[in-house]
Amino acid sequence: MIKIMDLHKSFGTTPVLCGVDLEIETGETMVVIGQSGSGKSVLLKHLIGILKPDKGTITIDGLEITRLAEDGLQRILRKFGMLFQSAALFDSLTVGENVSFGLERYTDHSPVETRRIVAESLDKVGLKGIEGLMPYELSGGMKKRVGLARAIAYGPEIILYDEPSTGIDPIRADAINDLINDLKRDLHVTSVVITHDMVSSYKVADRIAMLYEGRIIEIGTPAEIQSSSNPIIQQFIHGQARGPITDR
Amino acid sequence: MKQHPKVPLLQGALFQLGEVGILLGKTLRNMFRRPFEKRIFIQQLEEIGARSLPVISLTAAFGGLVFALQTYIGLHRYVGVGSEAYGGPVISLGLAKELIPILVGLMVSGRVGSAMAAEIGTMKITEQVDALLSLGADPNRYLVVPRTLASVLMLPCLTLYGDIIGIACAFVYNTYIMGVNRVVYLQNTLMYLELWDVASGLFKAVVFGLLIATIGCWQGLKAEGGAEGVGRATTRTVVIASIAILIVNFFLSKALPSTI
Repeated sequence: MIKIMDLHKSFGTTPVLCGVDLEIETGETMVVIGQSGSGKSVLLKHLIGILKPDKGTITIDGLEITRLAEDGLQRILRKFGMLFQSAALFDSLTVGENVSFGLERYTDHSPVETRRIVAESLDKVGLKGIEGLMPYELSGGMKKRVGLARAIAYGPEIILYDEPSTGIDPIRADAINDLINDLKRDLHVTSVVITHDMVSSYKVADRIAMLYEGRIIEIGTPAEIQSSSNPIIQQFIHGQARGPITDR
Repeated sequence: MKQHPKVPLLQGALFQLGEVGILLGKTLRNMFRRPFEKRIFIQQLEEIGARSLPVISLTAAFGGLVFALQTYIGLHRYVGVGSEAYGGPVISLGLAKELIPILVGLMVSGRVGSAMAAEIGTMKITEQVDALLSLGADPNRYLVVPRTLASVLMLPCLTLYGDIIGIACAFVYNTYIMGVNRVVYLQNTLMYLELWDVASGLFKAVVFGLLIATIGCWQGLKAEGGAEGVGRATTRTVVIASIAILIVNFFLSKALPSTI
């Protein structure tokens, strides 16, 4: 279980997170929605210790990670896989080396077994036999899918997805939604998904939380969010140019 | 462009010095911890060492030639005809203790330090450094330690290579072009040039190697603001490393004994 309590983060004089409270159950898929620049990615980076909060705590399975030293944090990171918004593939490594990167560090698999898992992970994201290619030879969408293969290869318990469907065609995006659901069903993976894509949100989410002005303003099942009486939620989920968010 | 808060100059300088100190301390500590990134270390040995050979060859050769030229003129004009054969030890000592370590340091900071800042800076702004963390690799151990070790190891090698090229070119200029007696020139050089003169230059190179890698990695890791930020980090690396080399060289020259 992930428990975020009263999380605050500012960059210089700009507050980004102003007291985020969020609880994510084990095996649940939590989708966090919100405008661009609302701090969704910042929230995600706090979960794996890339950013340290100014105030507040994050507890993973009862262990408070915000107070962990570097070595302790490295151990807890074994539980996480993260798909970055920009895919963040290592330029100097091949696709195969990128996907096996976490596997080699977190597991004791033999090289043969590692190669098999790499091929399997790439297959899961619809990319077969591209282990030898370099990241610059891939399209944006392919990079994203390789990033996803890398995140799932070593079997993490919690997967963080930063905009998983951005830059991917609708068919591939839907395949990724299916993959998120499969991982949850088959491996009981806990997922935190950051997205703007409401179609994708409704398909994968157990619950949806809306981040607005540095706080979670509403949280509920897809049906509850769709029927929310909050005009901010309504403007966002219907993608309307006019409304309380833009009229401020 | 991001506006940075204004801090007093001295405070800013101390803050940055503190950042470098922390990075250096962490790097030195991590050098003795596992896992060691052997592949990147070997890549860096090649990048810093083998690929710097052409530029070091040219720099050392022309450094040696110009030093020989001016020493010849000086001795010929102020000491007298025939004294040019005594220039050998002066040239060799100057090259081995000062000129070659500095030239190698400046060349490597321009060629390699800037590349380190650009590569790590690009990784930083494209979230690759964050990805390293998420995949259980400490960026310091993965990026900084292999580069620093390779730099510390390769700078003295390049300096020794530069010493040989520079001293040989000075010998060729004096004896073959200017007609100085080669036996006397060589005899004097071997008689007065001590092993310590070469060793102290190599010791300086070790320190310069540490400086170049630390500054390059430090600037890369703190790069922000897209391509412009990476460009700034690259330029800063060359400027800061070059100035640091010149300043540290003076203090090392002062602190190291002239002979042992």
